[in-house]
Amino acid sequence: MDIPYTVTARPDTGVFNAKLGVWLFLASEVMLFGGLFAGYVFLRIGAPAWPGALHGETYAHASEVLNVPLATLNTFVLIASSVTMVMAWASLMMKNFARYRLYMGGTIALAFVFLIVKVFEYGSKFEHGLFPSESNFLAIYFTLTGLHALHVIGGIIVNTYFWGPGAKMWRTDPKRFTNRIEVAGLYWHFVDLVWIFLFPTIYLL
Amino acid sequence: MANGAKDKNTHAAPELDEAQAAHPTHDPGHGPPPEPGFWRKYVFSTDHKVIGIQYGITALLFLLIGFCLVMLMRWQLAYPGEALPLIGKLFGEANMPDGVMQPEFYNQLGAMHGTIMVFLGIVPLAVGAFGNYVVPLQIGAPDMAFPKLNMASYWVYFLGGVVMLASFFVPAGAAKAGWTSYPPLADIETMGQTMWLIGMLFLITSSLLGAVNFLTTIIQLRAPGMTFMRMPFFVWAQFVTAFLLLLAFPPLEAAAIFQLMDRLAGTSFFLPSGLVVSGEVLDVAGGGSPLLWQHLFWFLAHPEVYVLILPAMGIVAEIIANNTRKPLWGYKALVYSVIFLGFMSFIVWAHHMFITGMGTTISAFFQVTTMIISIPSVVILSALFISLWGGSIRFTTPMLFALGFLPMFGIGGLTGLPLGLAPTDIHLHDTYYVIGHFHYVVAPGTIIALFAGIYYWFPKITGRKMNDRLGKIHFWGTILFMNGIFFPMFIQGMAGVSRRLYDGGQVYQIAEPVIHYNEFMSICAWLLALAQIPFIINFFMSLKKGEKVEANVWKATTLEWSAAPSPPVAHGNFPKLPTVHRGPYEYSVPGHDRDYLPQDEAPTVAVER
Repeated sequence: MDIPYTVTARPDTGVFNAKLGVWLFLASEVMLFGGLFAGYVFLRIGAPAWPGALHGETYAHASEVLNVPLATLNTFVLIASSVTMVMAWASLMMKNFARYRLYMGGTIALAFVFLIVKVFEYGSKFEHGLFPSESNFLAIYFTLTGLHALHVIGGIIVNTYFWGPGAKMWRTDPKRFTNRIEVAGLYWHFVDLVWIFLFPTIYLL
Repeated sequence: MANGAKDKNTHAAPELDEAQAAHPTHDPGHGPPPEPGFWRKYVFSTDHKVIGIQYGITALLFLLIGFCLVMLMRWQLAYPGEALPLIGKLFGEANMPDGVMQPEFYNQLGAMHGTIMVFLGIVPLAVGAFGNYVVPLQIGAPDMAFPKLNMASYWVYFLGGVVMLASFFVPAGAAKAGWTSYPPLADIETMGQTMWLIGMLFLITSSLLGAVNFLTTIIQLRAPGMTFMRMPFFVWAQFVTAFLLLLAFPPLEAAAIFQLMDRLAGTSFFLPSGLVVSGEVLDVAGGGSPLLWQHLFWFLAHPEVYVLILPAMGIVAEIIANNTRKPLWGYKALVYSVIFLGFMSFIVWAHHMFITGMGTTISAFFQVTTMIISIPSVVILSALFISLWGGSIRFTTPMLFALGFLPMFGIGGLTGLPLGLAPTDIHLHDTYYVIGHFHYVVAPGTIIALFAGIYYWFPKITGRKMNDRLGKIHFWGTILFMNGIFFPMFIQGMAGVSRRLYDGGQVYQIAEPVIHYNEFMSICAWLLALAQIPFIINFFMSLKKGEKVEANVWKATTLEWSAAPSPPVAHGNFPKLPTVHRGPYEYSVPGHDRDYLPQDEAPTVAVER
């Protein structure tokens, strides 16, 4: 016996199973990042200065330590990747598989751009001896952005699967495949949204 | 009004039927699916029933392991510094030289007893096993919504368990900072603590996968006619539990990540400036706060208490309705209480932290919420008690355990009130009173209810009944010795004996009048172990030789009994998906030959109208 509502929506709830599942998963992710942000608030309230002293120098603003232009660039990169993700799904809805491939490829490429920028950002911190162990400011910076980067990597894995081997389903079960891209998209927008909160909280405030 | 509602419901059913008919469950292009091989069928199965059984067996083994750890500790508490005869030397020179337990080993046992019992024993048994096996059957679903995630959830849990057990064998042994892992101690602990954190991350992932699956299953896969208010109370309990797991565990994950960073990357999330360890100032950046851990930890660990107790209440409700042969008293009140309880459990966590020096305003807030949350618990317990009133009670083995649960959980709950109020808590905090209180909730409370569930659903899983005589011996032994262990803890705690003392309080003068209870409690613990032998024998004997029984052996109304064979069909549960026509507990309805009306039995017009 097959499981009902894997592809079509259940009439009285209006969603198919995976869509509900991913929203619940995202609710849990909100609590995860909520806990991390709460930790940030807790530590910052208790700190005499923020970011405070690093290698004998005292900083008054996070932007003096972190690279705001690079992070701004990354913000636009992620927003652009969210747009291409929607376009990928929309292309499937319009039954245009070639265009789906193109947009999904774009999403993956932009995610890689984000990570490469991140590598440069981390690299220059390490070069200047700015490690997580130096101060709570750097500790929270590396923990939060690092965990976000892990989420980006997770998204790349999922999206690459749907770009490559997973796309075979388009020929056998196009409706279900389109649903999968919608669900993957919901996750990807969430990863984007987390960054939209992270960027001002850590780099600007 | 009532008629109108009924009309609407009976109307809804055919609509859903049509929706299902439009998407035939059997694809005519393929034939019956090929019979899976051994590995697919029993090891990497995606069938919720097999996964439930896997969860159940693993969790029961962990319960046994956790119990063995505490039996070792009880030797040290009863006879401090004396060599453990016979098996003492098996634990190695480092842990028990010449059979005498070292303080470090005692701490390992204490921390791991708590962790194993809560995270690897009771939750996987209550949620992973009972939830997995029973929920899809009770709502009339062919399986869980995401069978592969379900399998992943079990195997991630299994990995977490392996990591936890393996931590005993790393240098300096397992975690020693208690199951609460308070920093700064946990931050500067040996490698076992890192293993503990990694194990916890596995367990959190596992429960996340499980929670998403349970919620989706209950919302999406209810059979036609199974409205929310027709769900058995057990399903409601699992529903709220899954929400707690989904939303309360992630903050602990955040905390575990912080602590891992502290231990591995040298950060100081939980280390204050100028911390002195072994006479030297710790060389870290500092500026962190140990209280941050406590907040994040208890944000999980308080809802976790309800994760332990709600499925237990659900099991007891099912068994009481079935064995009193009358509807549960106040079904709606029970449902609203359990929802309200779920909400409230997120805003009471700091009552574990009254002595951390938080201000009186915050303390007042958490005292008020704590007193409020006791109301729905009392409503639930009272409704279960009142359900007994006027029933023709069948004293079956599961019913005995369910009845045992009621007063035992009552003691556990009522002794919690003084801990929820700051003035009394300051005296009782960190004493054996606390240990007594939460063990009453968890052991004679939850574990008794889980036993009830095992006796109740065993015939569904195997088609055979467990032996009643052995079951009754098991019940009386368990209930007697559990009280023997935990009741004296209240007396010791009120006298001021601190918990986590390696010598059981020997060096403290205040403990002198009550310290003799230690020996009595320890003997009760070992006798409790003996009382489990009839259960173990019964379990294995009944698998092979138990009395074969019909599908609906208890004459129950819920779908798992009335619509599915015992054991249910391998993939799909039901020979034909049931349609639900009424609420879950239609026992002794006037004007019927039988004293029960199954949920899926089609109504005869003359009776219904």
